[in-house]
Amino acid sequence: MSQVYDYIEMKIPAKPEFIGVIRLTLSGIGSRMGFAYDEIEDLKIATSEACTNAVQHAYKDSEKGEVKVSFGLYPDRLEVMVSDSGKSCNFEEVRQGLGPYENGQKVELLREGGLGLYLIETLMDDVKIHQHDGVTVFMTKFLEGEQVEMDAKTVST
Amino acid sequence: MNITVDVNELNTEFIVKLKGEIDAYTAPKLRESLFPISEQENVSITIDLTEVSYMDSTGLGVFVGAFKSVRAHNGEFTLVGLSERLRRLFDITGLADIIDIKSGTEGGLE
Repeated sequence: MSQVYDYIEMKIPAKPEFIGVIRLTLSGIGSRMGFAYDEIEDLKIATSEACTNAVQHAYKDSEKGEVKVSFGLYPDRLEVMVSDSGKSCNFEEVRQGLGPYENGQKVELLREGGLGLYLIETLMDDVKIHQHDGVTVFMTKFLEGEQVEMDAKTVST
Repeated sequence: MNITVDVNELNTEFIVKLKGEIDAYTAPKLRESLFPISEQENVSITIDLTEVSYMDSTGLGVFVGAFKSVRAHNGEFTLVGLSERLRRLFDITGLADIIDIKSGTEGGLE
């Protein structure tokens, strides 16, 4: 695949008040790359969800930690990586209970969380999650049109 | 990168105007403002999201929690003034079918 065009890396303290700083950066990167308004908003939500997970789950409350967010700017896409080095939660456990709400569910049984990963997977074009000492979420969003062209190439022979 | 919560009360009818961003940082403040109201009997809470510029799953979690609490106390819970962006968030999570939602034009309070 193509070489990294440009690379930006940020580290924030694992505290919720800094997630908004990542969003501001992302807005700048997204508009510089030519993403549409809606795509930038999708990127902001998906990246915030990954940061929120890192801040809330990885470090519990005792340890002070950092969350690393890196951006790989390619001509056709933006890759965002969010990683923490905290003790990782049981990811399979987090995965369960994922997904949208179903109509007709009993009100008193509605979940009050667990939508973060679902939103990441819904709003981004490609998502990979690696578990090592911590958790790293790799997310890719293609510039509008690029993915369609790529698909078109594979379809027409 | 903050939120203001403006509560207007008339008997058992509450209109809550939110302004700003709802994320992991501001959600606890929102929760603290909404929960005491949601635990009263027979209230009607209308939350105006017209001036909410950003929201993610932490906000959805707070609204689901408040909605459950209001329903458990025989009250009514309505969200109004949603932008297309916010509306989409409720649509893709399936919450639009569960919580009473009025989008921007139908739900403007002013």
